[in-house]
Amino acid sequence: MNAPGTPVLEARGVVMRFGGLTALTGFDLSLRTGELVGLIGPNGAGKTTAFNALTGVYAPSEGEVTVSGRRVNGLRPHQICELGVARTFQNVRLFKELTAFDNVRIACHAGSRSGFTSAWMLTPTHDAEEERIRQRAGDFLAVMELSHRRDELARNLPYGEQRRLEIARALATGPRVLCLDEPAAGMNASEKVALMELIRRIRDQFALAILVIEHDMRLVMGVSERVLVLDHGVTIAHGRPEEVRRDPKVIEAYLGDGKLRLRPPRVAEEGAP
Amino acid sequence: MTGRARLVLRSVAPFLVALPLLGLLQGALPSYYSFVFINIAVNVILAVSLNVVNGFTGQFSIGHAAFMAVGAYTAALVTTGMETFQVAGLPLGASDAVIFFVALVAGMAMASLAGLMVGTPSLRLRGDYLAIVTLGFGEIIRVVIENTRVLGQATGISGLPAYTNVVWAGMGVVATVVMARRLLLSTQGRALLAIREDEVAAEAMGVDTVGWKVRAFVISAAFAGLAGVLLVHKIQLVTPRMFTFVKSMEVVVMVVLGGMGSITGSIVAATLLTVALESLQAADQYRMVLFSMLLIVLMLTRPSGLFGTREIWDAAPRWLRRRPDGDAT
Repeated sequence: MNAPGTPVLEARGVVMRFGGLTALTGFDLSLRTGELVGLIGPNGAGKTTAFNALTGVYAPSEGEVTVSGRRVNGLRPHQICELGVARTFQNVRLFKELTAFDNVRIACHAGSRSGFTSAWMLTPTHDAEEERIRQRAGDFLAVMELSHRRDELARNLPYGEQRRLEIARALATGPRVLCLDEPAAGMNASEKVALMELIRRIRDQFALAILVIEHDMRLVMGVSERVLVLDHGVTIAHGRPEEVRRDPKVIEAYLGDGKLRLRPPRVAEEGAP
Repeated sequence: MTGRARLVLRSVAPFLVALPLLGLLQGALPSYYSFVFINIAVNVILAVSLNVVNGFTGQFSIGHAAFMAVGAYTAALVTTGMETFQVAGLPLGASDAVIFFVALVAGMAMASLAGLMVGTPSLRLRGDYLAIVTLGFGEIIRVVIENTRVLGQATGISGLPAYTNVVWAGMGVVATVVMARRLLLSTQGRALLAIREDEVAAEAMGVDTVGWKVRAFVISAAFAGLAGVLLVHKIQLVTPRMFTFVKSMEVVVMVVLGGMGSITGSIVAATLLTVALESLQAADQYRMVLFSMLLIVLMLTRPSGLFGTREIWDAAPRWLRRRPDGDAT
């Protein structure tokens, strides 16, 4: 367990190129335990690409990603997951035909030591392992307030609960860093507030570092300690929410795309040319 | 009874129950029916083991007959080579049983080795590559056998000892079903299901997708080998023509028909199709026409197979059902 304040996830000068297209350049990030950092930017700014580079879906073309000081470039996603980086997906990727309980149980598999043979022989190790997983999965369902959905198929859950189940599943891998890709997408205002409360609570309960991609600027500004703004793959601003909010480059990036969602109108007035 | 003894008993219980029952059945069945029984058993083993790859893991292998061939030929070499041997200190029957057991293990080992060789490179890729590679492997194996003198080329090896009986075949089925069922109820099995549902998400949740896919494939190949060994030691003949693409597709049809991922579905479908093929013998050249029509009707009425991904007891009334995550049987 890291003491609060130690960087658990670091990215230095990460570049992602796809053929001639550079989707991400010079991406720097340092995430400490107990921090909640927001990653924002207009559509196509490279937010999800950054996520994919951090979690091993893509190997960075340049630069370095470290988890607790260990270089993870080129490791496969499951290896990075075992090092303690868990994630959710922008368009919910649950195991749809399995129950909520099984979805979480699968994630508990990480670090399991029992193999095929012990499953066939029904060894005591296997029993103990299954019992441990059952317990753990039940606990995480409870944390995300999903216990009543335990035996329902994931695809039959309402959308908001599917999002919560995805977080429960990510938590069950036992992460130190949790990366949430638009966890509040498609939710109404009150659901969003409740979700953000929940995210803060799990951060404190499990001593996590959390990185959140979110479109809703007001929301992200409200909960994050730091905000990172991407536009066209470039980090255009980085700092405390109130500083970033006033940054002319940020305002332009959003205005340029006609996507300004900053609610306090004062801000738009100040920054507008 | 001590806890340890109880645990051992629980793990071998299905075999202990099945053995005397199969022994009785062996004595009761007339020879034609025991031939049909063994045929059914072989197909059930094939269908259930292919279901581990195609149904649980969601990959698409269409070369199951090739692994059958590897197992069958390996065992044929063992049993023909050792036919004149008798294990010291054992009566002839027991000595034969030992030899056959060795042949079974050898056949399964070689088949799983072949599975490892085919699976390791092709399962790194997603999508249809496995189908292409397994299809190719099926042809390669056949051509290799047809051109290898030790393996009898196109005429194959005849005069194999008739070791397979109802007990051996039945125990093979029990072993396969126990393997699949316990796998499905374990954390390892759930990793396979996760791969079927969403490979990207499974990988992100810490499932070593390539590793588990290869393991599932190797296990499946081993049991295909077992089926091959059992079959050829009943008909006492092994030729390359028994393991063509048609045989592979027959097994795929059984799995699809029974429902991808349903163990009982595979068992029922394999039994039905074997009986159908057997009883349609009388229809002579119209056999395949009727067979195809049967399949078309079934696919039209039950597009996701007889049972879908469910098991037969899921259709039973609620009070009869087991607990959803009940103890492994």
